[in-house]
Amino acid sequence: MNYLKKQKYKNYIIIGILIFILCIYLFPVYWMFATATKTKLDAFSLPPKWVYRPIMDNFKNIFIAGAGGAVGRVEIKGEFKWSAFPHQLFNSIIVSFISTGLAVFIGSFSAYVFSRFDIKGKNDLLFIILSSRMLPPIVIVIPLVIMYRTLGLYDTRIGLIIMYTVFNLAFTVWIMRSFIDEIPREYEEAAMVDGYSRFQAFFKFVLPEMRPGMVATAIFSLIMAWNEFTFALLLTGENARTAPPAIAQSLGTAGINWGHIAAGSGLMVIPVVIFTFLLRGNLIRGFTFGAIKG
Amino acid sequence: MKERKIRGGFGRRVSDNALKIYFLVPTFALLLFMIIFPLIWSLYLSFTRYNAVAQAPPQFVGLKNYARLLSDPEVWARFVITGKFVALAVLIEFALGFVLALLLNREFKGKGIITTLYLLPMMFSPVVIGKFFAFILDTNWGILNYILGILFGIPKIAWTTSYKWALYSLVIADVWIWTPFMLLLTLAGLSTVPRYLYEAAEVDRASGWFKFRYITLPHIFPLLILALLFRTMDAFRFFDIVYVLTGGGPGYSTQILPYYLYKLAFQYWYTGESCALAYIFLIIIIALSNIYVNYLNKLRAV
Repeated sequence: MNYLKKQKYKNYIIIGILIFILCIYLFPVYWMFATATKTKLDAFSLPPKWVYRPIMDNFKNIFIAGAGGAVGRVEIKGEFKWSAFPHQLFNSIIVSFISTGLAVFIGSFSAYVFSRFDIKGKNDLLFIILSSRMLPPIVIVIPLVIMYRTLGLYDTRIGLIIMYTVFNLAFTVWIMRSFIDEIPREYEEAAMVDGYSRFQAFFKFVLPEMRPGMVATAIFSLIMAWNEFTFALLLTGENARTAPPAIAQSLGTAGINWGHIAAGSGLMVIPVVIFTFLLRGNLIRGFTFGAIKG
Repeated sequence: MKERKIRGGFGRRVSDNALKIYFLVPTFALLLFMIIFPLIWSLYLSFTRYNAVAQAPPQFVGLKNYARLLSDPEVWARFVITGKFVALAVLIEFALGFVLALLLNREFKGKGIITTLYLLPMMFSPVVIGKFFAFILDTNWGILNYILGILFGIPKIAWTTSYKWALYSLVIADVWIWTPFMLLLTLAGLSTVPRYLYEAAEVDRASGWFKFRYITLPHIFPLLILALLFRTMDAFRFFDIVYVLTGGGPGYSTQILPYYLYKLAFQYWYTGESCALAYIFLIIIIALSNIYVNYLNKLRAV
């Protein structure tokens, strides 16, 4: 009895320590939002102002030309002058959603084949797919820049969408294979006994079973495309630039306004927090390409 | 009855072989177009003297680019910087992740939320985080120097701008982002250890060290190898944070290999030479990912 009680107290202490470390660990995130909601003067004040009236000006200003915002083209709509940032944010959304959709569908189809059939050189093919994901972007981007300029894909959303599709495709094939491996073959085999072709059985019975896996994969791909920097920096100019390189390069004319950068960063980070909580149970699977189910 | 419900048409006539083709061709077409073809092209360019922005066509020079790169002490210096960075970062991440995982490896209310909160930084955009870390690490306005000064009386450190500290500022940012990865893998490893082993050890009055050495470690060891390989390969992708935090400087003290490659390719426009360096990376990466995949397959088999 005494032993159990001791264990219980020990547990409480450890949980306390964990929460304490967590507070220190996530301090930079707090500091980001604090900086974003302070005036320019307060953001720089040391000792820092721990108590202040939060303002939303920074979040507003990054959308207004002249007031803040990122480097890039200014858009004038009537009275209002938009900065380049909303355009870049819009690019980020378009590019990451479309590339994710494409990658998840194309990749899942291939993953089905890899899961169910013994094709010649299967392991080599899978290896090629994985190494394309392991490839550092900076290695592949050198010939791609030349290629994109020749083909007129440079600085277009389509160009970036194709690039992200390819990168997320490799990821999708690997991770979806592990999801499909868990779906019993009986699903399509029973249907095929009933007279369906495999093709029909796949769409009618297997695909619905794949849905939870596809959703998790999609969220993962979405985050990766949303965060991507190297390709976005080197394959786009003013037109198709996404938010990450824009934030990286937003050096204002009058020194760096950290309030603006923090606000832009905050907008990038919030959806990721939400998505991470949705992904919770599948994080380890995502990072080990489906090797560990966790 | 059932037979009638199945409609004919296209889907009915697709044989298994046709299905394989339909399902695989889009993937491999994209890979061929976007990865394999560019790589073949850059292999050719790596044997040439070429500047992508100049009008002159590539000029074949054989293995000259490779010979120059591999005999250049400046290139080797970048390898050393990269190695130092990876070793330091991975070691710290491993130690922190491991301790956190041991603490988290128990049942309590709210475990899911706390674990997920610990994992968050790994999901954030490195470039966005790196950019903001430049503010946190700022010599005069940074909160880190302020806190270190208040708590320990440490004088202001020029984190990102001094030869002595710049590499450590990269390590700090990397540790912040990637410790969760080690935590995640260790946690997964710990969850595979059967509880009865500990109970049996308890009965035998085994020491804490014995339990750790002979029960815990063997179970998480494969995952640690996996993590190590993964992070080493990742070092060749470590570009974003260098770009926003130190810009490779001061001097070239933080020019990690991928950043050096970026400089060669897109600032000096030594396209031919940069393709050669890219290929040297590629060979290292392929070797590493070969080991990695074999390891993954072994783990899958278990």
